[in-house]
Order: sequence, then C-alpha cells, then structure tokens
Amino acid sequence: MNDTGSLPHAPPRDAAAARTARSRRWLLYAPLAAAGGAVLGFWALLRGLGTGRYDPRGVPSALIGQPVPDFALPPLEGAGLPGLSAADLRGGLERPALVNFWASWCVPCLVEHPLLMRLAREGTPVFGINYKDRPEDARAFLGRHGNPFARLGADQPGRVAIDWGVYGVPETYLVDRGGVIRWRWAGPLTPPLLESELRPLLRRHA
Amino acid sequence: MPRRAALFLLLAPLLPAAAARGAVGDPAERLADPALEARARAIGRELRCLVCQNQSIEDSNADLARDLRRLVRERIAAGASDAEVVRFVHARYGDFVLLRPPLTAATALLWAMPALALAGGGAAILLALRRRRAAPDAAVETAPLSEAERARLAALEAEGGERRPS
Repeated sequence: MNDTGSLPHAPPRDAAAARTARSRRWLLYAPLAAAGGAVLGFWALLRGLGTGRYDPRGVPSALIGQPVPDFALPPLEGAGLPGLSAADLRGGLERPALVNFWASWCVPCLVEHPLLMRLAREGTPVFGINYKDRPEDARAFLGRHGNPFARLGADQPGRVAIDWGVYGVPETYLVDRGGVIRWRWAGPLTPPLLESELRPLLRRHA
Repeated sequence: MPRRAALFLLLAPLLPAAAARGAVGDPAERLADPALEARARAIGRELRCLVCQNQSIEDSNADLARDLRRLVRERIAAGASDAEVVRFVHARYGDFVLLRPPLTAATALLWAMPALALAGGGAAILLALRRRRAAPDAAVETAPLSEAERARLAALEAEGGERRPS
C-alpha cells in the first residue's frame, strides 16, 4: 500500500492502551484453545466409543439395586423347558443368575449365544425370556445353536420386557442370590465384557 | 423445473412431521373417549421413545413405542391419573424416558444453562460498556500528524490533483 516511504510507527498513546492491547492478545489464542479443547473432547468421545465406556444409545437401567419385577411367563411351547416367573428368581438362588432377553430374529443374539452357552456350561444359571418371537422360530434357533437356558419364558406381547425396562434385544441382567438386579447390559455380550465386568460381578455376588 | 425443486426444498422439512403424524394415525390404537385419548397423547408426548431417542412415543413408529402407547392408554382407561401413568413408565425406564428431565443434582447444570448463558452475556456487555465509558473516544482518537507526515500528505494530495482526469 505505501510504496514510497516508511511511516513512523505510532508510539503507544498511553500506558492504558498498551495494557488493553496486551490483555486482548489472549483473544487471538482463544479460537486455537477452543479448537484444541474440541479435539480433546472428540478424542475422548471416540476412545469411549471404542472401549464401550461411552455409549450414546446406552440407557441406564432404572432397576439396578431393585428386586426383580413381578412377572410370570409361560414356558416356550414345545421346548421342554419350564417357564420363568419372579418367584424363580427371588426364591433363594444358589448362585447369581443371568436373565437374558432374546429373539430368534435378532442377529446380535446369535452373536452372543456362544457366550451364554459357555456360561451355562460353567455352571452359571442362565434364564431366558424369548421376546416377541414365534415359538417354532425360537425352537429352531435353540435346536441349531444349543440351549443355554435352565428356564425359558415366552413374552410374545413384550409386556414383561417393559416391566424390566428392556428397550431392545438382546439385554442381559445379573440377578444376585437374593433376587436383586445388580447389572444390566444392553446389546450382545462379548468376550472382553465377560472378563472385565461379568466375571468379577459373578464372583462378587457368589 | 427449478421452481418446483425450490418448492420441494421449502416443504421438505415438513415431510417428517407429516410422516410422524401418521405413526399414531392407526384408529385401532386410539381410545374411544376423546378426552381420555387427549390425555394419553399429552402423556405420550412427554415420554421418549427409547429406540429412536429423539422422538416421543407418540411420534415414533418403533415397536416399543407402540407398546408403550398401548400401555399408557390401558392405564388411563383403567382410571390412573396422568402422574401415575408417568410414574409407572419412569419406574421402569428411569429419567431417560422423560423428555423433560426432572431437576436433580445431575441435571441442575442442564436446567441452569439458559440463565447462566444469559447472565454471562449480560456481564460481557456490561463490562464492555463500562470499559468504553472509562476510555471515551479511544476508538476514534487519532494522533496529530507530525511535521513530516503533514508534508507528505500535502505532496500526495497535490499529486492526486494533477492526475485527476477532466
């Protein structure tokens, strides 16, 4: 702009102006700091998603620390297993038990099924609630993949699931020997989850 | 054609609303008594669909939302008060199911945020005003030109005057 000469730089008009200029300098770095904070936050979010610590779809269960709700479900037709009711869970279990909501149409249920089989083999009582399923489909599922359930209730209307606060299958609840719900997992069980959370809980409530 | 596209873009935001209204349009779901149905709807609009999360159960097509709608209507038909119905669902699904979260220690910041933001903005404006009053005309004040500057300005003005056409 000025090609010809050098305008002498205006000296600071007074000390106050210099002070405001200095105090405003941090404003220059504020956007950078905000961006840095956002990056950190995003990183924490991604990390949480990766480890499962942060789950945006996770709804905390309202039933933790409460006795299992009142319910009585008929057995799954033709499965040859007894049905499931609240009395079965409150009446002094020998070991902490799992209550697993599942359906044959649910793909994550298929994914977690081998883990339920393993837990049942190891002696953890696993109780099933078959959610909104056709009995023949559910029977076929168990015939093909094995049956981990000591008892199996059929909840075709999905009403008992609402009493448990279920919002989608699969969901798994840990019930202690006194019939109190101690833990809930929404979504398929995974081997890391089994080792990091479920086994310690099973031991603690044994 | 572009005009039609523009019209579509204008109306597009309305489409989900129209679809959502269809979700509860099933007459079989409604209660026969319009007053009870209105109550059920008002309750349902306060309850979150846990599958789709940002819709109320009245707006959602999800299976669970339909079940919950039915449950709300059953309870109302059985003579439960609005508060009892909400308590029934809340006991099962916790605070998350309420689209208007209750004021607790955990949600205090959420509820206080509008007031905090307003107070913060007000404080910033007050501070800026006070600073401006403390240093009047600081922004428009200019240093007087030095002798050398004045001479240079005169030279530039003279030069510009010569170059000006006409």
